[in-house]
Amino acid sequence: MLRSVPIAASKQDFAPWTDPTARPLLRIEALTKRFGATAVVDQLSLDIYEGEFFALLGPSGCGKTTLLRLIAGFERPNGGRILLDDIDLTSVPPYRRPVNLMFQSYALFPHLNVGGNIGFGLKQEGLAKREIERRVVDMLALVKLEGYGARKPHELSGGQRQRVALARSLVKRPRVLLLDEPMAALDKKLRGETQFELMELQRKVGSTFVIVTHDQSEAMTLAHRIGVMDRGRLMQVAPPAEIYERPNSRWVADFVGDINLFEGRLGDDGHSIEGTAAGRLRVAAKAAAAPGAMLWVAVRPERVRISRQPPLPGLDNCVAATVIDIGYFGNSSVYKLRIRDGSLIKAAVANLGSASDGVSTVGEQVWLTWPAEAARVLTR
Amino acid sequence: MMAARQSGSILQKLVLRLPFAWLIAFFLLPFLIVLKISLSQTAIAQPPYIPVFDLAAGWHGAVTFINGLSFDNYRLLGSDPIYVLSYVKSVEIAAFSTLLLLLAGYPIAYAIARTPRRVQAVLVLLTVLPFWTSQLIRIYAWMNILQRDGPLNDILLALGLVKEPPAWLATDTAIFIGIVYSYLPFMVLPLYATLEKLDERLLEAAADLGCPRWKTFWLVTLPLSSSGIIAGVLLCFIPIIGEFVIPDLLGGSQSPMIGQTIWLEFFGNKDWPAASAVAVVLVFLLVTPIVIYQNQAMRVLARD
Ligand SMILES: Nc1ncnc2c1ncn2[C@@H]1O[C@H](COP(=O)(O)OP(=O)(O)OP(=O)(O)O)[C@@H](O)[C@H]1O
Ligand SMILES: [Mg+2]
Repeated sequence: MLRSVPIAASKQDFAPWTDPTARPLLRIEALTKRFGATAVVDQLSLDIYEGEFFALLGPSGCGKTTLLRLIAGFERPNGGRILLDDIDLTSVPPYRRPVNLMFQSYALFPHLNVGGNIGFGLKQEGLAKREIERRVVDMLALVKLEGYGARKPHELSGGQRQRVALARSLVKRPRVLLLDEPMAALDKKLRGETQFELMELQRKVGSTFVIVTHDQSEAMTLAHRIGVMDRGRLMQVAPPAEIYERPNSRWVADFVGDINLFEGRLGDDGHSIEGTAAGRLRVAAKAAAAPGAMLWVAVRPERVRISRQPPLPGLDNCVAATVIDIGYFGNSSVYKLRIRDGSLIKAAVANLGSASDGVSTVGEQVWLTWPAEAARVLTR
Repeated sequence: MMAARQSGSILQKLVLRLPFAWLIAFFLLPFLIVLKISLSQTAIAQPPYIPVFDLAAGWHGAVTFINGLSFDNYRLLGSDPIYVLSYVKSVEIAAFSTLLLLLAGYPIAYAIARTPRRVQAVLVLLTVLPFWTSQLIRIYAWMNILQRDGPLNDILLALGLVKEPPAWLATDTAIFIGIVYSYLPFMVLPLYATLEKLDERLLEAAADLGCPRWKTFWLVTLPLSSSGIIAGVLLCFIPIIGEFVIPDLLGGSQSPMIGQTIWLEFFGNKDWPAASAVAVVLVFLLVTPIVIYQNQAMRVLARD
């Protein structure tokens, strides 16, 4: 069951994409798929490494499912190639690809029981009956469904069905396991537990996982790297922290989490941005653009500090604002504030328990500040 | 308020019982009458059998009536091989033509279910279109087609497939042609209904798990359309057993099917009791497949 794959002890230590000599397991080259006139997958290139947990994140209809179906072989590309271990898969039919897809609808066979479903793929490999039985039992244990082998799919709960579907595609020991929104049908709590189990499972079997999800926090929790997709293209491919902290564009910054954006002109020193709605703003990192270029300053809401006292004169990144709305989220509250020119800023404040000093109330006049290193310059 | 609810529930009960009342009035009662006739003796009279049940004779009449019943007609069925032979013939014809229907109907239903949805409606309509003309007319048309100098032989001769025009009429082949033609919609429609519901993802899942297409058909498509197969088979098999028009017009006279035997007894020999006995045995022969069908239908209902 366990394959000897060098799995790093912690998620952060696993970074083969930084090693120029590392060979990717799955290589997608300029892949294009058109339905009619629209390119649903558009010149997409991506490398995925052995043992990686890769998440595809993107808005509905951006082509995530289509990309998985292309890899699994259910769609024929209009252009580009898919290589697995340097072997071109383009003309390999789905039933010969060492890749398995877990369908969003699970697609369990209703006429077979749980054991029959899980053993289905092994039977196709022509394994001995005993061997199949043994592996099915192992797999049931792995997904914590011992004793459920004789049940029919319609006699299972949604979460159990999900695990049968997972077991059915994992038991074939695919080189790459593709999961299309595997947890979409589960409630929030069960989803959290299942995410954890999925990570455990991936570590145990040492397979390479590519997961499609709508859920940002799910992608952040699970994946070594996230690919943010929009209209058939990858906007950014990076580890979760980098996607969040250093988005490469306004689109990614806006799609992943909340963001405050200020448009302005880069000053001569490369650190100040002039003429934004919040006045002159400073960033810690020198912007990679010519002085005078139009660009955007991005600040996450949780980095914005709210204070009632006017700041010391000459402080950077400080703007007066009025509280117009407070959204309560249990562990945090999100303030919506309006600044002088009428535009809105969001600030997230952790609720640390001492509710009595509740910072502000709606209608109150406050000052917003953030440190220069919390702001990031985006050029597109 | 109370009264309104009560009358509502009475009405509800009535509505729920209506189908049973219908079955009793138009199925059970006629069957009991036939059963009774089958236990009577032939007579040259009007109606042509005794005893006749007479309500006015009272209790004494009823006792005489019951004493008058006899199983002679059922004994007759066992003693004269013509009856057994025509049962066997009917089951043979029904079984083989149902097999032919399944072999012809499955690909048709599969193809219809795989076409775009708009086209499907048209194709289903085309399948039932022949029903818009009377079956008798369509079978007469087949008599014409199958004649020795009819269009079928013309085509076969023109293509050089035969040297001498073969005789089609009055053979079992003609019966099979007529039956397969007439009953095809009864096979295609239930098969189409199950195949159309078949989730395409299941076929993809099978392919994903290493199953080539032909094997997917055996392992997924066929088992999942079993309810349609059973429905189609019974929908064809049961009425074909009692079929009268097709064997009478297209078949030969050497060994009749059971429908023909009943007809002959009723109208040829005017032996109503014997004819009724044949019919009663037929009903019991048919009950077995109907019960199987019921069970299957209940199982499918429970699963969905
Ligand atoms: N077989 C098809 N024929 C025509 N258009 C299709 C087909 N399959 C997908 N599309 C279109 O391609 C686009 C991308 O579809 P896809 O299913 O890949 O999206 P997705 O990113 O998985 O979305 P979601 O998150 O909602 O599942 C959609 O606009 C969809 O309408
Ligand atoms: Mg999708």
